[in-house]
Amino acid sequence: MAKELIKGNTAVAEAALRAGLEAYFGYPITPQTELLEHLSLRMPELERVFVQAESELGAINMVYGAACTGKRVMTSSSSPGVSLMMEGLSYIAGTEVPAVFVDVVRGGPGLGNIAPSQSDYNQIVHGGGHGDYHVIVLAPASVQEAVDLTGLAFDLAEKYRSLVCILLDGSLGQMMEPAEIPPMQPLKTEIPDWAVRGTDGGERRFLTSINLDPPDQERLNYRLMTRWQEIEAEEVRYKGYYLDDAEFVVVGFGTAGRISLSAVRAAREKGVKVGLVRPITLAPFPNTILDELAEQVKGFLVVEMNAGQMLEDVRLVVRGRKPVEFFGRMGGVVPYPDEVLTEIERLAAGPLTTEGHPRDRWLARMDKVLE
Amino acid sequence: MTVMTDIPAKIVYQRPEAFDPRVTHYCPGCTHGTAHRLVAEVLDEMGEVGNTIGVASVGCSVFAYNYFKFDFVEAAHGRAPAMATGVKRLLPERTVFTYQGDGDLASIGMGEIVGAASRGELLTVVFINNTNYGMTGGQMAPTTLPGQVTTSSPTGRDVARQGHPIQTAELLATLEGAAYVVRRSLHNVREVRRAKKAIRTAFETQKHKLGFSLVELLSTCPTNWRLSPAEARDWVEERMLPYFPLGDYKVTPAVAELKV
Amino acid sequence: MQQEVIITGFGGQGVLFAGLLLAYAAMDEGKAVTWIPSYGPEMRGGTANCTVVVSDEEIGSPFVKNPSAVLAMNLPSLDKYEKLVKPGGVLVVNTSMVNREVERTDITVVSLPANEIADEAGSKRAVNMVMLGALLGNLDILPLEAIETALAEHLPARHQKLLQTNKDALQMGAKYKAVKVSGE
Repeated sequence: MAKELIKGNTAVAEAALRAGLEAYFGYPITPQTELLEHLSLRMPELERVFVQAESELGAINMVYGAACTGKRVMTSSSSPGVSLMMEGLSYIAGTEVPAVFVDVVRGGPGLGNIAPSQSDYNQIVHGGGHGDYHVIVLAPASVQEAVDLTGLAFDLAEKYRSLVCILLDGSLGQMMEPAEIPPMQPLKTEIPDWAVRGTDGGERRFLTSINLDPPDQERLNYRLMTRWQEIEAEEVRYKGYYLDDAEFVVVGFGTAGRISLSAVRAAREKGVKVGLVRPITLAPFPNTILDELAEQVKGFLVVEMNAGQMLEDVRLVVRGRKPVEFFGRMGGVVPYPDEVLTEIERLAAGPLTTEGHPRDRWLARMDKVLE
Repeated sequence: MTVMTDIPAKIVYQRPEAFDPRVTHYCPGCTHGTAHRLVAEVLDEMGEVGNTIGVASVGCSVFAYNYFKFDFVEAAHGRAPAMATGVKRLLPERTVFTYQGDGDLASIGMGEIVGAASRGELLTVVFINNTNYGMTGGQMAPTTLPGQVTTSSPTGRDVARQGHPIQTAELLATLEGAAYVVRRSLHNVREVRRAKKAIRTAFETQKHKLGFSLVELLSTCPTNWRLSPAEARDWVEERMLPYFPLGDYKVTPAVAELKV
Repeated sequence: MQQEVIITGFGGQGVLFAGLLLAYAAMDEGKAVTWIPSYGPEMRGGTANCTVVVSDEEIGSPFVKNPSAVLAMNLPSLDKYEKLVKPGGVLVVNTSMVNREVERTDITVVSLPANEIADEAGSKRAVNMVMLGALLGNLDILPLEAIETALAEHLPARHQKLLQTNKDALQMGAKYKAVKVSGE
């Protein structure tokens, strides 16, 4: 397969289609619109379903209905639109039907702006919707990785009857990179046993998220949680860079991860023994490698395009054994590698502490940046 | 006492094939049961029971899926038309309908119903209008009549403060994608028979791929109206009919040609 | 080896396409490459820019504060990016749209009247190709032939009649060599 130069949004759309996407429901919002636009052309060409819904609420509930038929379905949006979808996501989780959604994160809160951000981490990784459920969250850092994870997203959704989110940010959506998109896969012919289809006189099925009897609901929750334990054991993915001799480790995902990679290389050139962990699955979170590194290194630097949301997950793993520092830019501001390099050098120079909260120290430094 | 054994038995009334043999959870005198039965009879008569997928909504009919012997999904509040769109688009040869109350359809779900109707989704909507939120204990709904006392309009709906009731059939009939939009009532036998014919026409509209179809059914809610079942039926006639006139609000020429 | 190029000018000067062409050529040469535009309301007019990173290994940041080269197609671009070019880097300036001298002395400056050159090549709209040619003539990033091949493959069908004009513009731009070299 030849590589093509392709925009992140378009690449995810095409990869989904080739992975056997049978229906897409969406609503325009920057910076994910190319994804919807690409499928508005391609899906009808292939006699597959494309519906531009009346709202993100409409879109996610169309996904819900379509997912109940057991076919491969998806939607995509950006932060404010995904907030609207939270209702449907919770219902989908509660009904245990597989579905894939893409969140091309932009600056917030509120209408915010259309610049790249990672401030949906908490909304996606730690809930958003009501009730006890988890979403498998895949966070690519390049167009090729976005393509590869799109195919994986559908497989995981079906394997675990789970929601899978592909978490991009505006820059990954808008950026072009060479990528190899896999060949067209045939559509699934097998209908899962649980899917509604019309009885034709046979067995009757109904799919619902309602369990008025609390013990029934508790059993459902127990099933969701034990399934999540299985996902945590089987599906963690991350990429490590320069870890073997690392004395310090940067942790960053997606665009912040690759920006950190540039900074880590620059620091290495200056003789700082620093490595990088780039989580690819934000949920399940790569706890084990971070736990091991907590024994090996002198300190961590978490880099995000938000106010330190993943930071809390890193701190939970490190448990105060080593200092954790934080650097982030917010509201759609993207950090440059030299800013991260400065933070790495600060980390390496010390002194370091496990006292206090890294966010407070960062905010104190930000005070000067914002002047 | 004469026992007439020589007259052959003729079944004049029995449970429709589409019905599961269960006792419903509806209140005495509530017309949800009537509406369910009409849907079941129509699907029986059309031979569609094994071909139908229902979409239940949130409200008193949240458990509608317990009473029918075909596949069902249960939607979030107001979202049944969107969920039904997802089902129907992937299973286009199946008959898909939503069963929604007035709070569900005309308040929280107005966006979804307008979207589905304007797209001309090949769905049938059975819309129960009983002028209040029944399930949560009788609060004011978008259909609550001016002056009507509910638990959230305790001194009667004041249109200056609380707005006017929504005439759903009239509103949706303005949309090009809607092929069949009518209002019927369930308060007496004659209207029940007319309602059944309308439900049949609505499903036939879908079957013949003629567009979106909706039957609004004026229904009783004796419990929340604080009336006896008989009084509730009179209340429909006296209070609801003037504000919600029965009639055909949209019948496209193609639908008019259907032989029902 | 990594090079970062920011191409910047008014909307309509072909800024994004020049960057794309560079990215296509880099891809075809087997390099890793990222192309990222400034997106948003500013796309609708005013200034436009894109950043292209070309590398032999996995690219880290697609955003670059201090690029190894800048193509400044107008005065606002020069004002904004002159100070950001990495010391020792290349600054290509379209003097047709600029009324001042470059002040930096620690970078390689290529000044050329790209509008007039494009006109001479046969199309005012080829100004982006002139600028790109000037870059390749002064920065060891990709061979000019790679751009010409990419141009033939990726110039939109409706513009293919201008292929030769564009190639000429590239060549004419490439003839301009730096007039000022770093002060060592």
